[in-house]
Amino acid sequence: MSNVPSDWEVVIGLEVHVQLHTRAKVFASSPWGFGKAPNEQVDPVVLGLPGTLPVVNREAVEKSILFGLVVGSSVPEHCSWDRKNYFYPDNPKNYQLTQKDFPVVVGGQVEIELPGASRNVMGEHKFIRIHHAHLEEDVGKLSHAGSGSLVDYNRAGVPLLEIVTEPDLRSSAEAEAFLRSLVAMLTQAGVADCDMEKGQLRCDCNVSIRRRGADKLGTRTETKNLNSISSVRDTVIYETARQIRELEAGRSITQETRGWNAELGRGYVLRDKEDAHDYRYFPDPDIPTLKISRETVARLAKLVPENLYDRQRRYVEKLGLPYTAASVLVNDRALAEWFELAVAAHPTNPSGIANLVANDLLRDLAASAGAAGSFDEAVPAQVSLSSCPIKPAQLAGLVKLTDEAVISKQQAKEVFAEMFKTGQDAAAIVDAKGLRQNSDTGELEKIVQEVIADPAVAKSIAEYRAGNEKAINALKGPIMKRTQGKANPVLIDQLLRKFLG
Amino acid sequence: MADALHTLSAAELGRRLAAGSLTSRALCEALIARYQVINDKVGAFTHLDQADVLAQAAASDVRRKAGQGRGPLEGIPVAIKDNIAVKGQPLTCSSKMLASLVSPYDSHVAERLRSAGAILYGRLNRDEFAMGSSTENSALRKTFNPWDLARIPGGSSGGSAAALAAGLVPLSLGSDTGGSIRQPASHCGVVGLKPTYGLISRFGLVAFASSLDQIGPMARSIEDCELLLNALASADARDMTCFGPSDRALTPAGDAKKLRIGIPKGFLGKGVAPEVAAAVNAAIEFYRAQGCAISEVELPSADLAVPTYYVVATAEASSNLGRYDGVRYGHRSASAGTPVEMMTASRSEGFGPEVKRRILLGTFVLSAGYADAYYVRALRARSKIRAEYLAALAGVDVLLTPTVPTPAFKVGEKASDPLQLYLEDIFTIPANLAGLPAISVPCGKSGHLPVGFHLVGAPLSEAKLLAAGRLFEAAHGFAHQQATL
Repeated sequence: MSNVPSDWEVVIGLEVHVQLHTRAKVFASSPWGFGKAPNEQVDPVVLGLPGTLPVVNREAVEKSILFGLVVGSSVPEHCSWDRKNYFYPDNPKNYQLTQKDFPVVVGGQVEIELPGASRNVMGEHKFIRIHHAHLEEDVGKLSHAGSGSLVDYNRAGVPLLEIVTEPDLRSSAEAEAFLRSLVAMLTQAGVADCDMEKGQLRCDCNVSIRRRGADKLGTRTETKNLNSISSVRDTVIYETARQIRELEAGRSITQETRGWNAELGRGYVLRDKEDAHDYRYFPDPDIPTLKISRETVARLAKLVPENLYDRQRRYVEKLGLPYTAASVLVNDRALAEWFELAVAAHPTNPSGIANLVANDLLRDLAASAGAAGSFDEAVPAQVSLSSCPIKPAQLAGLVKLTDEAVISKQQAKEVFAEMFKTGQDAAAIVDAKGLRQNSDTGELEKIVQEVIADPAVAKSIAEYRAGNEKAINALKGPIMKRTQGKANPVLIDQLLRKFLG
Repeated sequence: MADALHTLSAAELGRRLAAGSLTSRALCEALIARYQVINDKVGAFTHLDQADVLAQAAASDVRRKAGQGRGPLEGIPVAIKDNIAVKGQPLTCSSKMLASLVSPYDSHVAERLRSAGAILYGRLNRDEFAMGSSTENSALRKTFNPWDLARIPGGSSGGSAAALAAGLVPLSLGSDTGGSIRQPASHCGVVGLKPTYGLISRFGLVAFASSLDQIGPMARSIEDCELLLNALASADARDMTCFGPSDRALTPAGDAKKLRIGIPKGFLGKGVAPEVAAAVNAAIEFYRAQGCAISEVELPSADLAVPTYYVVATAEASSNLGRYDGVRYGHRSASAGTPVEMMTASRSEGFGPEVKRRILLGTFVLSAGYADAYYVRALRARSKIRAEYLAALAGVDVLLTPTVPTPAFKVGEKASDPLQLYLEDIFTIPANLAGLPAISVPCGKSGHLPVGFHLVGAPLSEAKLLAAGRLFEAAHGFAHQQATL
């Protein structure tokens, strides 16, 4: 959390550039992906060879519309593309196709959750408005080597959705929470993978400050090309402090474009307003205005997953889950759906299932995946459930055995470990290990009566009858001994109380 | 050669090939022999790979013999303007910038020609990046009018028209942004058609002004022009502005003698040479005598066409030509420096003066503070012109005017006056602004120089334009006309 002096308010707006999860590039049929040799993923269209023309990739448009539906935007009837003209070697046509006037997403909002007082307590919720999102093409990468420069166009033409917020964020914590929520929504809807290590999510961060209570926004600066959530958080903290220092020293804020050095934890000036480009935008004559049919919108609406926080509320309010477990489950759609399959197989104890999934299963999955941590500490690592040896119904079976007191909670841990190792059903493991508790009422009644009759426990019986509840426990040891520890403790308790009256 | 193959129409050559009295190889050998004598005088071609042509011809003869002929263009050479991509052939755009570029891919029209069995025959000279009306702006060579070698052939598809008039090839492809097919066709006495915007895919056509550019057929007769048009027009998913399969049905030609012909008021007045006006008026009288209904139509915004065109076309061109920067292909300046300095130097060295003039103009009209006054206003004027043309064409089938106000001028005569040169396209530009089909048909001479008339029709009315041209051609015998060289 940034330490903003209470008489200053920071105002933040973000522009988030997300590479969409598509097979082909946005205006060419060339595929794209991470880790290929330079200039391997290019074709005449990507390279802007003379005579080539862009063709809009339907999949990229549909992913963009899906994002619009996820954030509740009104999907426009039409969208179109414009040319943004500027000269730089990473830009094969020396213009970038983008959407200036008629973007594919207009409006919408993202619910965020701020950190609570502790990990077990839910924090405040807030809605951040989306101004619009537009679909454009990524550029290549220029690098300098020795006396020359090298350019790789693999990234050129990768579909990029630029999501622009209203200036609704008021702290670094809110910016961080927004990005975490956005990443969850994008990945859960299959719109984008948001792998920051691979540069799939990059942010421009607009920051200004004003006196608390003031209506008018202060002069803002834009820090470009932040490639992790922690960089955004650190930039907001840094830029807020810098601007307060400037204003309190009687200087003014210059509207400027800035960069961020993550290693040094410092921002720097890239260019001021005087040097701003004239991009000479005009409508791209090669791409006719695209009509977005209501049939397409209706089809895509069916793909919108349950909202992260709607799901969390449902888990807590309807299923009775503790917040801690619910918040872990909803972060990962596959995990939440896995959990729900288990609940469907054993509907009477969702919390019992949730605790096993959120603690034991996640821990073992992470360990078996070589504990691949998250690149950005602000985003929880996603585990792969595809290789999970336990099926949801099997986990439900384990919880059911515990609930029915066939095994104890302590034994359940042991059975879980075996299930994770072998993929066997809980019941099979319980039988093979001879863990099944003795719940034969007739047999246990006989043993209980024998123990009660033993003069060695007469004193404890007297104490119990005199009102000392705990005295009953002294009778349980001999019963367990006679049953080699397999007697169902719940049943024994019931029987003792019955016979002792 | 007694039976001079170079004088025959593509249709007649096709009949002889089909009958077995001619082979494609023999035809190509005869044309190559003529090329070796004539091309240096006319300068129509910038490149001809003779071995490749003969190999294509031999393959065509084998196909035909095996009964696998691909249609009426099988074995017929088609020469291609050097701004249309053919795999393995130069794609220079007659510019120093792209002088060394060889296309790694086929344009849609090249694919169409190959699948029709045609021989892709050489590269034709033009104004650099199609910017000009005289082919004098080529950085590679000069092209001359076969009817008078001291004069220009028109442009920008000057090589395409001159090659036909000089009997170097029976069919050629041009491209037309403001008149670049029709104006040289008129000056060289051949037929040139600019199709409806979207009828022919632009995939592989080097962009000058994307919203105006169209590839079109050029030939020495209406019949040949139609033959080539039919081979080129098809849907192509690689060009989003190209009509889809369900939207491209042409309006039937109907009876040419019942055509309603509109004569735009004032178009035959000031600025039109008397011989040109006389030839065009004679054509009008011919159609009247055939029974066509002739009426005068008003196109009040016609004066806006040239200025509108030079804003829209240059704006798009300034962006389209941005990609030529020496980074990936084409001319790269030897002067070192930062990447951006290298790009600047490459562009300064690689482009000719007319191209630079238009890039500067286009950059200016799109600039912040000027775009509303120029570019945005030009778009409004363009809509108005289109609306007026469509309204006029609701009452008549075609609009008839001269193609060019004056016959071909002398080489160098207008080189120092770009504005005068821009007026060459005054009658042809509106069809591009409105996306309408238009044709230039030879209709007589001014002295020894050809004159053409110009027909514009409603979208997808190509068949009517061709029918009107056929009626005139049949009565006047201008078909297969060639200069004597």
